[in-house]
This record gives sequence, C-alpha cells and structure tokens, in this order.
Amino acid sequence: MPERTVLDASDIRRAVRRMSHEILESAKGVDDLVILGIPTRGVYLARRIAASIGEIEGREVPCGSLDITLYRDDLRLREVRALEPTSIPADGIDGRVVVLVDDVLYSGRTIRAALDALADVGRPAAVRLAALVDRGHRELPIRPDFIGKNLPTSQSETVRVHLAEIDDEDSVTIRQVDQ
Amino acid sequence: MIGRHLLSAADLTCEDAIGILDTAGELATVTDRSVKKLPTLRGRTVVTLFFEDSTRTRISFELAAKRLSADVINFAAKGSSVSKGESLKDTALTLEAMGADAVIIRHGASGAPYRLANAGWIHGSVINAGDGTHEHPTQALLDAYTLRHHLRAGQGDLAGARVAIVGDILHSRVARSNVALLRTLGAHVTVVAPPTLLPYGVQSWPCEVSYDIDDVLPHLDAVMMLRVQAERMAGSYFPNELEYSRRYGLDSRRMALMPHDAIVLHPGPMNRGVEISAEVADSPRAVVVEQVTNGVHVRMAVLYLLLGGRSEELLTEGADR
Repeated sequence: MPERTVLDASDIRRAVRRMSHEILESAKGVDDLVILGIPTRGVYLARRIAASIGEIEGREVPCGSLDITLYRDDLRLREVRALEPTSIPADGIDGRVVVLVDDVLYSGRTIRAALDALADVGRPAAVRLAALVDRGHRELPIRPDFIGKNLPTSQSETVRVHLAEIDDEDSVTIRQVDQ
Repeated sequence: MIGRHLLSAADLTCEDAIGILDTAGELATVTDRSVKKLPTLRGRTVVTLFFEDSTRTRISFELAAKRLSADVINFAAKGSSVSKGESLKDTALTLEAMGADAVIIRHGASGAPYRLANAGWIHGSVINAGDGTHEHPTQALLDAYTLRHHLRAGQGDLAGARVAIVGDILHSRVARSNVALLRTLGAHVTVVAPPTLLPYGVQSWPCEVSYDIDDVLPHLDAVMMLRVQAERMAGSYFPNELEYSRRYGLDSRRMALMPHDAIVLHPGPMNRGVEISAEVADSPRAVVVEQVTNGVHVRMAVLYLLLGGRSEELLTEGADR
C-alpha cells in the first residue's frame, strides 16, 4: 500500500492550537508551566505549542528540549545513536508543571526514558504528556494527557510526522512496511 | 560511529572526530547539573589496565566510565600479577574471562594496544590511553575539544587554526596524536623543538618544523607546551634545564609575542619554571584546568560511542525490537 496522508498542514495547525488550549485549561494558566520537547520533532512541536500558548495568553511560556538517548532501554539492541541537544529553561523544572511533547506516541518506551531523564534534571510538581499522534500498541502503562489525533494502526505500519522546520512540509503520513 | 576500538588518532576521519567532539559537547551540558550520573552503560564493565604510572588519565577515564554508570576495575601493573612476570596475553585472557566490555590500556611499548585489540585475546573494545612514544588519542581529542571551544565556539572543525606544539616532540605521544588529529580537523600545525628532541623523519609529518619559538609565536591561535619528560631522557638532549627554559620555555615575555587572544595548552603535569613559567601557567590564557574537565567529557563520549550501541554477542544472537 502506498503512503497515505492522515493529517495535512491545516489539520496539524488546528491540532496544535487545540492542544495548546487544553494544556492551558488543565494548567489553569501559564504560571509554573514548562514545555519540553523530545528530539527531534517533539522539539519543534513544543516550540509551536509554546508560541501558540504565548499568543493566547499574551505571555511567554518557558520551552526547551530533553534528549533521552542516554536513558533508552534499547541502546544495546541498535547501532550507537548520536546525541541531540538538551536545553532546560534557565529557571529549571523544580516545582513546575512539565509538559513533555513528542511527535508519535507508540510503545511508551521513549516517555519512560524521558521520565528518568527528567528525574535527573529536577523534581517537577507534575508531568503531563502531549503527542501529536497516538498510534496505540503501548508496551508500558503510560497514557497521554493531550493528543492531536488518535490513529489506529497495525504494527506493520509506520507513521511519520513531517514538520516544515526540518522537512519540506507539515504532514502526518502512514505507510505499510514490506516485511 | 567510530568502530570498535580507539587505538590511534590517525585512524579517525574528520567526520568521526567531529562526531566525538559534538557528543562530548552534549555530554558536557548533561553533566553540568547536580545529578551527574547517566544510566547509559549500566551493567558494562570497563577495565583500566595501566602498565605505566598515570594519575590524571586514569582517574579521568574512571570518572568518565562511572558517570555513565559502568563498573570500573582498576588494574595497575605495579603490585599485580604483572610484577610477578605475567605476560600481556595472560593478563588479557584473565580480563576476558572476567567479562570486560572495554579495556583502557596504557603501556610503555608502542603498539601494545594494537596487539591487545587484534590478537584475538579479548572481545571487548580497546582504548589506547598512551602507548610508548606512539599515540595518546584521547589527549588529542580533549585538546581539539578545548581548541574548538575557544577558537570556533564549539562548532565544526578547526580549519585554518594555527597551532604550535613546543617541546619534547621526540618522546611525545601527545604530539604525535595531536599532529595527526589537528591536521585531520584542518588546522595548520607547527612543531617546535631543539633538533635533538625532534624524531627522525619528522619532515614527513603533516606539519611544519621550527627550531625557533620566538619566530612562531606571533602567528598562532594557540600554543601547546609539552612536558620535558625526565623519565625518558636516558641521553642528554640538551645541556641543562635552565638553557632549555631560556630557549624554549614559555614565560610572560614570550606570551606577549602571541596575538592577545591566543591560548596556552599543556597536557600536564607541568614542570613550572622549565617549559612553562608559573606566571603563564596561572594566567587566564592558560586553559590547563579546562583541559582536565574537557578530558572527562571527551572520554565519556568515546566510551559512549564504543560501548553505547549493539555489542557483538547480541548481533549474533539476533536482537528483536
């Protein structure tokens, strides 16, 4: 089966805006809010969400990135991976509400690693999870708080998020992988 | 990214070297916080096998391995089975039987790490921490990291940087590794020494050669002063320390010849008053202490890149997801 587009640029824009509103609603404002993206595409999504929240509230919300490579549980199963930048906002995350942002939520193992990484950075008051796509097939007891789109998939499919910042366009595609 | 072993700086491509330096840069930001430990190499065993005395290199590797949660065993030749006459091979087989994932070796004989890596005695990674007068690749990497931080804002290569290495080039594995690596990264290197302390064949090295330090200093971005290695000086290479210091030592008069933003490196331990004056060693332009800190990050990067991925046994077992 060829590649199929499940979200186009305007779908992504609306999803990001809705998630921003939901984050604001659940956090009751931007005080103590910190948005952290998981590289690579989570970081760009985090920036978009932070910008969108800034637009809605008229105040900037701290935004950074959290590389989880060194905390992965599958390091020994693959070739060594290059590290991505980690940048934590200057005021830190202690006592704040951290919203982790990733592009696709799948097994949940990335989020497990991110929670370990966060624990070494500080002690947030709460950690929430936002993902643009939830494709199911969780292997760990992890659930998202804010979701752009629920996308039922089979494990033989791959879901790719393209973002204009590093890809040519904004889209989410799904494709059957030949075994 | 860089294969299984790190035996020689000359083996690294420009891309490999930049990959190691970039990884070290990311690790530096991660370890710049209260919880410095990372779980990355949990369950891996790293052995430091030192046949020669060393304090800073060994503890730097030990700290790097511990920051990545590896188990570290320190094997010093003095007071071990080696002083009872055990061969390198038998020592290696013993470490293999104990399940070492990496062996960091310093040895007085040039080529000992190569032998250890290629003789089929052990399956783990071998990291050269200095072999005879051959190479000391992690020192060159930490020097390159320090240079890149000051001269290129921590990005890319060192194309066009002008660096001089001054002192005992003949006995220095640091000089050999640095000439190779800095050249690979695009820097322009000059070695400066009295003719007696230059090795045979230095003309074929990818660098310039000079006997006159005052001539070279005004055109530099950085100068690297090497220690006068008394323990390797069986012959008389120069009349006395005072004369060496006058002709080749870096004092504040000579430092004033350099461009005002040029920096001074030294691999340590320093002989204050011989190759470097106390005034220069304590000046803000000397980055010696920074080099030590960077050494830990660079060695963490090397350990991560060699041990952080898939291991041989798992390759053959056929790993699933």
